[in-house]
Amino acid sequence: MLGETEPLDAAPLEPQTGGAAAIPRRGRSRYSILTRRDKTVMALMVGVPTFLCVTLIWLPTIASIGLSFTNWRGITPLTDQNLVGLKNYVTLFTTYPFFWPAVIHNVLWLVVFVFIATPIGIFLAVLLDREMRGTRIYQSVFFVPVVLSLAIVGFIWEQIYTSQGFLNSVLGHTSSSTAIDFLGNANLNIWAVLVAASWRHVGYVMVLYLAGLKSVDPTLREAAAIDGANARQIFFRVVFPVMRPINIVVVVITVIESLRAFDIAYIINRGKNGLELLSILITNNSISEANLLGFGSAIAVVLLLVSLVPIVTFLVRTMGRDTV
Amino acid sequence: MANRDTPSSATTPSPSPGNPMLTRRRVLAGLAGVAGLAATPSLLAACGPGASSAPSAPTATGAAPSAPSGSAGASVGAVGALSVGSNHSDPGEKTGMELINKAFTDATGITVKMNTVDHGTFQDQLQNYLGGTPDTAYTWFSGFRMKFFADQGLNVAVDDVWSKVKGNYTEGFANSVVGNDGKVYGIPVDYYPWAVFYRKSVFSSKGYTVPATWDDLKKLCTKMQSDSLTPIAFGDKDGWPAMGTFDILNLRLNGYDFHVNLMAGKEKWTDPKVTTVFQKWAEIVPFHAKDYAGLTWQNAADTLVQKKSGMYLLGLFVSSQFAATKNQADLDDLDFFPFPTLGTQYDAEGALDAPIDTWEIAAKSPNLSSETDTAKAYLEFWAKGSTQVIMFQNQPGLIPTAKDADTSSYTALQKKAVEIVSKATRITQFLDRDTRSDFAGSNGMQSFLQKFLANPTQDLAAYQKTIQDFWESLPPLT
Repeated sequence: MLGETEPLDAAPLEPQTGGAAAIPRRGRSRYSILTRRDKTVMALMVGVPTFLCVTLIWLPTIASIGLSFTNWRGITPLTDQNLVGLKNYVTLFTTYPFFWPAVIHNVLWLVVFVFIATPIGIFLAVLLDREMRGTRIYQSVFFVPVVLSLAIVGFIWEQIYTSQGFLNSVLGHTSSSTAIDFLGNANLNIWAVLVAASWRHVGYVMVLYLAGLKSVDPTLREAAAIDGANARQIFFRVVFPVMRPINIVVVVITVIESLRAFDIAYIINRGKNGLELLSILITNNSISEANLLGFGSAIAVVLLLVSLVPIVTFLVRTMGRDTV
Repeated sequence: MANRDTPSSATTPSPSPGNPMLTRRRVLAGLAGVAGLAATPSLLAACGPGASSAPSAPTATGAAPSAPSGSAGASVGAVGALSVGSNHSDPGEKTGMELINKAFTDATGITVKMNTVDHGTFQDQLQNYLGGTPDTAYTWFSGFRMKFFADQGLNVAVDDVWSKVKGNYTEGFANSVVGNDGKVYGIPVDYYPWAVFYRKSVFSSKGYTVPATWDDLKKLCTKMQSDSLTPIAFGDKDGWPAMGTFDILNLRLNGYDFHVNLMAGKEKWTDPKVTTVFQKWAEIVPFHAKDYAGLTWQNAADTLVQKKSGMYLLGLFVSSQFAATKNQADLDDLDFFPFPTLGTQYDAEGALDAPIDTWEIAAKSPNLSSETDTAKAYLEFWAKGSTQVIMFQNQPGLIPTAKDADTSSYTALQKKAVEIVSKATRITQFLDRDTRSDFAGSNGMQSFLQKFLANPTQDLAAYQKTIQDFWESLPPLT
């Protein structure tokens, strides 16, 4: 837009400064309609974000990929001897017993979020969007989990799930021999954690979606209603398509939240005994006392590749449609 | 969103030629925006020097107070200063550190600058800390984890200090601070033994006797079960408590040397000797608390406090849960016995886990040349019973290591802890201190032991192979 408007502004100034000579020069180089200042400004506008993007995103990514082929521990200088080729990946895919469970748990997380938590959040948003009494109170109640610090969320759910905790009391399992071990049972605890994580995610999606619903032009609904559409048709045929930008945001957030799932599982038991997640494996291997930077990077690269699949598919589809 | 924008952006160009004022304003606004953007890099650039000057400012101000202290030190008689890295971050321990440092300064005139870091963070960061610019004297473990850093040349040998103070230590402590090259790298200052804890009142009211052998233990467990007690309290949510059971069984069945060699990777996890450990363990797993996997050690200790369980293999720190009831009778009721014998030649070793904390000297300390002597004086000071008792008074879970420590303030339990350790000819540090850190962690040995506990009758050969494979996948240590 700048490019279009700038010459209009500059044109009246031109005769005062440059005189007649300026005009033919401008005519000759038709494509160079930008002043030097424009070019500097544009270079900065492009350059600064590019610089930030490269240094903060691309370089670390490439460094991680590079490190994943080494057994570097981050202590001694990196030398040729640290190069181990594909060894980290071979270990990961064949002998490391915590990798495949972590992958499965991440996928499970994604499935639960996409098919259960997010639809519930949308459903709550649609319900609360109706002018019902006390809607503000309900909104606050559902949004509270998102605001709470994760340490508190973890603590709350631990109290609910422990063998002497709230849930076992409600179910009548008061002695420790009959209690259901929600956090300790390696087949059960991932589901317990998924409930806790969904509890937060539902509120998050609800608020996002509610904001979107508020911005939908009410005349559209009215028009649809006059045309004889029922409530369901109004939502699925009119409101939902109009909400496309919000839908995209919700889908992206859901996918991102599932792939980077970390906190609650980490708080509960540092991601072991049935709560393995890729992000926690990365942390435990590379940031903790273990110092296995090379191996941790290999897991990070796998997580990156896994993340790229839904993200690229998604971007190709949405971007493709938008340009048409 | 793009759809909605398109019409509006399509309409703007058409009024703009007809309305130059609007354009100009837009352009000015645009320019202002651009100026703002253009300012950002300069702001960022300003951040650069600002950030780089920021550390220099503190050092400048840091130099100011240190200058007087330096001159003060000089006035005392050039005894100098000492920087100390401490992981004693708990309130009681921190108070103990401050009192000890004060006592040290009073005794020697050496000023101590202490740098306290949270215990867990200290452990996670230690490698980077020691390789960077560490304090000259620092707190750490003994055994494998000490040797690990000493092998990398990150520690200064303290044989000269040790030769002065070794008369104050028993054999077990002496063995724990010797590096792979035969030199001494640390001064042991406190420890806490692992043993089987129980309530005296429960044992007397039900007529139980302390089990001396493995068979006695299993009989007692069965009896407790019939009395509807959980025989063995157990809480392994945090992953590390199970290591205590593995350690003691391996020490009793296969001896100290095998255990240490296994931890160091000189023996294989696929060894049949390791299989016997898991087989023995499987015999008592049915007596463990069923819900162990969701319990912390504190939860499990509470079941012992509440007389819901009969015994608990844990460190002396279990007493803090008894102290937490604020009822002295609970604490007085707590007792322990050494883990039963298993009928092997290694029973005589009386070996047990008793993690020992030490003071060591960092080789990469920037002040090493000026502070080596003061640091050695500090270590020597810590080797005195009178110094260690100051810490003990503020943290009763840490028992002094020195022979000349004043034991008059010890409770019966603490006296017994001293006795059991002094009888031991071999002391191990605990699995996660005796082996490499990348092997012992959350997604390492902690998880492996949980996999065993979840299914103790699994194919042990295959199970042990996964452990050995994991060990072999780890990179060389240095």
